[in-house]
Amino acid sequence: MVPTHYYLILSAILFGLGVVAFIFRRNIITIFMSIELMLNAVNLAFIAFSRALNKLDGQVFVLFVIVVAAAEAAVGLGIIIVIARNRQSLNVERVDLLKL
Amino acid sequence: MSILNYLWIIPALPLLGSAINGLLGSKWPNKIISAIAVGSTGLSFLAALEAVREFTHLAPENIPWVKQYFTWIVAGDFRAGFDLQIDHLTVVMLLVVTGVGWLIHIYSIGYMAHEGGYYRFFSYLNLFMFFMLILVLAANYVLLFVGWEGVGLSSYLLIGFYFLRKSAADAGKKAFIVNRIGDFGFMLGMFLLFRTFGTLDFVPLFAKAAPLPADAMGHLGMFTVACLLLFMGACGKSAQLPLYVWLPDAMEGPTPVSALIHAATMVTAGVYVVARSHILFTHAPTAMFVVAAVGCATAFFAATIGLVQTDIKRVLAYSTVSQLGYMFLACGVGAFSAGIFHLMTHAFFKALLFLAAGSVIHAIGGEQDMTRMGGLSKKIRWTYLTMLTATLAIAGFPPLAGFFSKDSILFSAFGTEPGGYALYGFGLLTALLTSFYMFRLIFLTFHGKPRYDEKKVHVHESPKSMLVPLMILAVLSIIGGWVAAPAFWGKPDYFAKFVEPVFGRGETGTILEGFAHQVELTLAGVAVVAALLGFAVAAWLYLKQPGKPEQLAKSMRGLYNTLLHKYYVDEIYAALIVKPLLWISTNVLWQTVDVRGIDATVNGIAEGATDIGDGVRHAQSGNTRSYAVWVVIGALVIIAIIFWPYFRPTTVGMVR
Repeated sequence: MVPTHYYLILSAILFGLGVVAFIFRRNIITIFMSIELMLNAVNLAFIAFSRALNKLDGQVFVLFVIVVAAAEAAVGLGIIIVIARNRQSLNVERVDLLKL
Repeated sequence: MSILNYLWIIPALPLLGSAINGLLGSKWPNKIISAIAVGSTGLSFLAALEAVREFTHLAPENIPWVKQYFTWIVAGDFRAGFDLQIDHLTVVMLLVVTGVGWLIHIYSIGYMAHEGGYYRFFSYLNLFMFFMLILVLAANYVLLFVGWEGVGLSSYLLIGFYFLRKSAADAGKKAFIVNRIGDFGFMLGMFLLFRTFGTLDFVPLFAKAAPLPADAMGHLGMFTVACLLLFMGACGKSAQLPLYVWLPDAMEGPTPVSALIHAATMVTAGVYVVARSHILFTHAPTAMFVVAAVGCATAFFAATIGLVQTDIKRVLAYSTVSQLGYMFLACGVGAFSAGIFHLMTHAFFKALLFLAAGSVIHAIGGEQDMTRMGGLSKKIRWTYLTMLTATLAIAGFPPLAGFFSKDSILFSAFGTEPGGYALYGFGLLTALLTSFYMFRLIFLTFHGKPRYDEKKVHVHESPKSMLVPLMILAVLSIIGGWVAAPAFWGKPDYFAKFVEPVFGRGETGTILEGFAHQVELTLAGVAVVAALLGFAVAAWLYLKQPGKPEQLAKSMRGLYNTLLHKYYVDEIYAALIVKPLLWISTNVLWQTVDVRGIDATVNGIAEGATDIGDGVRHAQSGNTRSYAVWVVIGALVIIAIIFWPYFRPTTVGMVR
């Protein structure tokens, strides 16, 4: 059986990649995908703990996260489409009206 | 029901009158306002009379009669209560304040009839009565101080009654500020007394003080310092050197106010306090000497200024300062009863003089300059007669009131050591000057040819409400001194005997009884000669040789101008105190401390907050990725804080 901390290390690596991608990429779709990556990294940690501790709570949380991620994807993609239509660009640095 | 148990009624009545008129009276007709004001003071006078009647039936062991109504301040061992007290000294003051005060209220009905602010005037006047009664009835220094400050407030309000006139508003401020200097000393004196004796109630305080040894002459012991501080307060309130400057300016107020507050009652509060604290003062010979010297100097100094003033009210104002000096002279030589006696007679004749002067001003249409009067005696007969009575009384002609009181003061001064002869000499000289300037006033105002425009000014006698108080006060000015008359045929002086339970015996010093009688008669004769001399000189200068005073003024221009400008005291004060204070206030306190210190700090904090905000708002760049960086940094910080105990090197081994 694969030891739990392997999963946790993998989860941390995926989450770290997600963070780095979120910060350094400019394309909104890529950023969106990195958010998904971070969410799924967390899901992986949940599942690993759930199994290690022999409890179902973690799995329940994972289902919730998947549902929320789906909802978020619907809203987020909607926003992305509006931005793309209005600006003819997916570069997040051009979306900076909310400043002084 | 005995009114002695309800002493608070006496001051409460005028307070009620003041509140009703002040709060509701602005729309009421004059008749209702004056009825309330005069009625409340009249009832207060009746209550005082009844209280005095009951007081005379009290057993000696119940005197002083102290009544504690409620506790006002408690702090540690200190207690100050609303406690009222009545003893023989209070009786005299009580009757003078309510009696003369009531007469002046009646007079004001007529005098103020055509002035604006009728309700305001009577409200203030009643308020003054309230505080003055608190002052004389108080059974401890703290409550006395309440009255003391309260009469100062009423005085300020009434001096500035015509507040649209800048000079009146300024005079009110001047009175208030000069009094504050004296009050500073008074409070320090109270603090010292409390620290020493642990109480400020008169009865226990004096009981504790009496057996203590007196301070040596020239030694600044506790008694001397406390008395000098109290006297400083008295100097402010009673217009003595060097704090007398406010009183002549206080004549900006309406004339009944000058009569009541700035002649008959409030300004005598200082004398009252000294007399009330006589046990402390007799323990402090140095302070006594200072009191006598200041009183004597003020009496003489103010009388000389009075010689050349031409404003009728200012002559009387300087005369008041001078007579107050007499009272302090009496207290300073230990003749407290003589001082209080003069206080009483002075209240009669000086109130009368002011009211009569008010009647003259009223008659001649507001003119106050005596050089534009003259020849009024025929036209305003009653005013003339009453004013002449008062003049004879103040000049010291027997058998009027002033003669007896002034005589007993001079006699007491004569018998003191050291410096009795000097005090007596200046006192006598002052008596001569008093007689001169008072008759000068009479002759300039009432005799000679009219110097006003007879076509324009219609001289008319005042209404009855003004004349009746004048007549009553004239009668009092005549008979007021007779209680002391038996001293002249070797019997006891009734007044001194009346206040003896307060002041004790043997105050007339070292002169033997039999010898004293001879001396007193001689001195009385000398005083009368001085008064006659003053009268004769005034008559010669102002009746026989009307051009002579101007010639004299020309030939002694320097002296005349010095007197006319009141020894330039106001100018000296302005140069030495007012200007430097103004300079410091403007340049140091305002421009430096306030603008550069306080304002700069406050504005600096506000500007700093704005600047920080300006700097921080750049964090909101609008760039999504920089927000993400902040989120990550925040998350890392929180993780670091939560997991810090596990990361610390020293505790690593202990983690389980």
